[in-house]
Order: sequence, then C-alpha cells, then structure tokens
Amino acid sequence: MRRDEPILRVQDVAHFYGHIRGCEGVSFELYGGEVIGIVGESGSGKSTLLSLLSARLAPSSGQVHFRNRLDDEIDIHAISEPERRLLMRTDWAFVHQNPRDGLRMGVSAGANVGERLMAIGHRHYGNIRNQATDWLSKVEVDTGRIDDLPSTFSGGMQQRLQIARNLVTQPRLAFMDEPTGGLDVSVQARLLDLLRSLVSTLGLSAVIVTHDLAVARLLAHRLIVMKDGRVVESGLTDQVLDDPQHPYSQLLVSSILRT
Amino acid sequence: MTTMVKLRNVGKSFTLHVQGSVNIPVFENLDLEVAAGECVALLGPSGAGKSSLMRMIYANYTCPAGEILVRHGDNWVDMAAGDAHLILDVRRQTLGYVSQFLRVIPRVSTLNVVMEPLLTTGVSEADANVQAQAILQRLNIPRRLWSLSPMTFSGGEQQRVNLARGFVQQRPIMLLDEPTASLDPENRRVVLDLINEARANGAAIIGIFHDADARRQLSSREFDTTQFTQVAA
Repeated sequence: MRRDEPILRVQDVAHFYGHIRGCEGVSFELYGGEVIGIVGESGSGKSTLLSLLSARLAPSSGQVHFRNRLDDEIDIHAISEPERRLLMRTDWAFVHQNPRDGLRMGVSAGANVGERLMAIGHRHYGNIRNQATDWLSKVEVDTGRIDDLPSTFSGGMQQRLQIARNLVTQPRLAFMDEPTGGLDVSVQARLLDLLRSLVSTLGLSAVIVTHDLAVARLLAHRLIVMKDGRVVESGLTDQVLDDPQHPYSQLLVSSILRT
Repeated sequence: MTTMVKLRNVGKSFTLHVQGSVNIPVFENLDLEVAAGECVALLGPSGAGKSSLMRMIYANYTCPAGEILVRHGDNWVDMAAGDAHLILDVRRQTLGYVSQFLRVIPRVSTLNVVMEPLLTTGVSEADANVQAQAILQRLNIPRRLWSLSPMTFSGGEQQRVNLARGFVQQRPIMLLDEPTASLDPENRRVVLDLINEARANGAAIIGIFHDADARRQLSSREFDTTQFTQVAA
C-alpha cells in the first residue's frame, strides 16, 4: 500500500500565460497514501499548478511523472492523448470546484456514477447500480434520488455526487480543486472522514487545492504555500501551520478566524 | 541502554514577520540524550521553551540550528532536516506525541479516532478495533460514548481519548505534554501506570509534568531547559 517510490514526481514545472506567470519552479514528490495540500490566495497559481499536475494544461517547462499500476514511471505530458484519457478514467480522479464541470448534467445521478464503472469494463447492471447506490449513501445523497437529474440537485448535493462519481472506480490519485468549498459544514466533515479513510485504508494519494486551512490541517500530510505563482514555503502540514517561516505563510495563518 | 534520541547544538528562535519582524530567542546550543527506558522530565518556567523543544523533536516546529536525531528502526533520522516523507514514517512507527489538545475530524467516532494510528501502520481493522476498545476501557471512557465524536466530550474525557490514541500503539519514543492535567485521581492513576509500563517496556519518554507528584513518580531524570536560554541580542 505504501511504497518506497513516489507515485507522482514533479520537477521544476512552470506555466506562463503569455508573459504572465501562472506558476514557476514547483517541484515535489508525492507517495502512496499521502495527501498534499496547495494553499494560497486567489490568483496565486494553485489551480494552474493542479492543471499541470493532472495533464489538463501543458507546462512551459518542467516534467511530471506518474507511477502507474504496472509500476512504470510515465511522463504524463509526453504520452498520447488516448493514454492520457485512459489514465483519467482509471488511476486518476479529478474533482472540480464547480460540480457542473465534473458531472454530466443530462443523465441521472445513478448514471453519473455508473458510467465511470462501465468505462473501465463493468457490465453487470445490478452490480453497477448497487455500487452507485452504495456511493450515494457514502456521500450522503438520498438514494431515493438516484434516478433524478443532477440539475435538480442543490449545489452541495451536486458536489457530493461529483465526488462519488470520481471515487467509485477506486482511483490511486485524486486531484481536487476546493472540493469542500460550497458544502455545509456537517457534510464537509463527512467527506473529510471519507477521504481520510480512503487514504489510510486504500492508500489513495491526493493533491488538494484549498484555501481553507482547517481542511488542509485535517486532511493533508504536507502543504505547499503559493504566492504570485511561486512556492514560498512547503513542509509538514502541522509544521507550516504551527511554525510558519515565510512572512506570507505567517500572515495567512495569523489571519484565520478561530471559533 | 540504547540511546534513542540525540539533540546536538539545538537552537531556536521565532521571527514574527507580521509583527514588525520581532525576534524571540528561545534557546541555543542545547544538548540532550535520552536512552530507552528513561523518562526525562523537562523543567523550566512557562516560556522557557519546554513545549517548543518537544514540538521540535516531533518536527511540529522547525529546528533552525543543530540536529535532532531519532533512532528509527536501525537508522538515525534527523528530524531537523525536514524530509517530510521520512518524518511522517517516523511519526507512524517510532515517535508518538500526546499533545494537550485533541484535534480530530468532526463526526468521526471516538473508536475510529483511536483506531486510526494502528490502521495507518497496516494493522487489520479487526485487530485495531480490539486494541482500541481495550485502551478506551482502561482509560474509563464509557462504552456508550465510543460511537460519538469526542469533540462533544468534557475536557478530561477529550484528554483521555488523546492519551488512548497515543498509547494504543507501543512506540519506542513518546513525547508527553502534561498528560495528567485535568484528570481525576482515578484516571490520573491509570495514566501514570500506562506511562510506567511503556517505560518498563523500553520506551524512551520525554515529558512535561507540572504535576510535581506525577513527575517524581515517573521521571528518571530532570532536564532544565533554562540552562540553554538564549540571551536576547
């Protein structure tokens, strides 16, 4: 479950939008069963970095390597488009900030979850429906709504559905962009618990972009703090939050409201 | 006995960039060795850096000067060097830290909170369950509370859940920050026994015990952090 070799190796990646720096000089390694959080204010390059790591955006320079199920290290930006699509269907999950970007709004909730299973070869309708039902209840979506369209769901329910759709195929690496942003706190807690248990029992790895430092503390083993497209500090989550070194990290941490 | 923890020339100060870059010196040139089976009590008034030192050993605080070597299996790991992946492994297998406050995901049951450290080291769900139940029982957390989140518990109950999570697994090095604060006499007794048993089993223990009587009963040696206090420049 936990290996000696990293599952994701990021080497000095950068992306420029014309002359504008999206992000630059980012390197890190992520291991099986580890969660890394990317924090920073809007416009700091968090989402650009996430897109580079998940092959949604080509880097201006640098490389990203992923260790697949066969234990081969592949350069995710060098492989062919079909290979990349296969990765996205099997080993990877991507949870968008806006659930409408990650769901198919024209098919039912059950189909949204089930079609991910069908895409990797599941054929037995009963099993697919059972797994879909199981995952809806895991993310606390009323299973009586399985045949309804996501467009009839609230934003929070859509987000939970998106998470179920992504995790049903047991990916090995999940990319998440503000996954708990629009959720009620009680549902947020349930999801944190769910993700945490997938990480500790199945060895799921995740890269999570968030600006909620409380979520980062509970979920991420390590943190990267970004500002103006660069990493200003990185390290163990509790170390970065309890003993931040960089002036910007200190400002970020000291600005949290405590309840 | 085998040396488990070696601190060499350790120094620490805090720079508060948000508050006019004030520099707060804590200590410098601090040396400390702790062997298996020892219990070292950190001494010094509030602000002398006892908790900071403990947090530095756990790598919760950075260590800007010196080395903090921890025996991890057959290797020495420098907790000051900042290899996050390695430090996480040291925390899972070797080094336990019972802080004064419990920090958990809301809605997770007490039983699951206590099982978690075992599950992350690969213990089966069934075994983790049995061990977690045993330690909760020993710390007198009523069974009817096990399925509830500890966030709603009283201070003393939360502290015992924290201790249960720290002691559910036998780790070779334990850091204890005021483990008996806010406990009633009966539970205090249980915790003293747990600590002494861990020590008898060869654990190296570093603790802060303001409770002088507990300190006498537990510690094999005292270590005064004020001798390394850095004089403000």
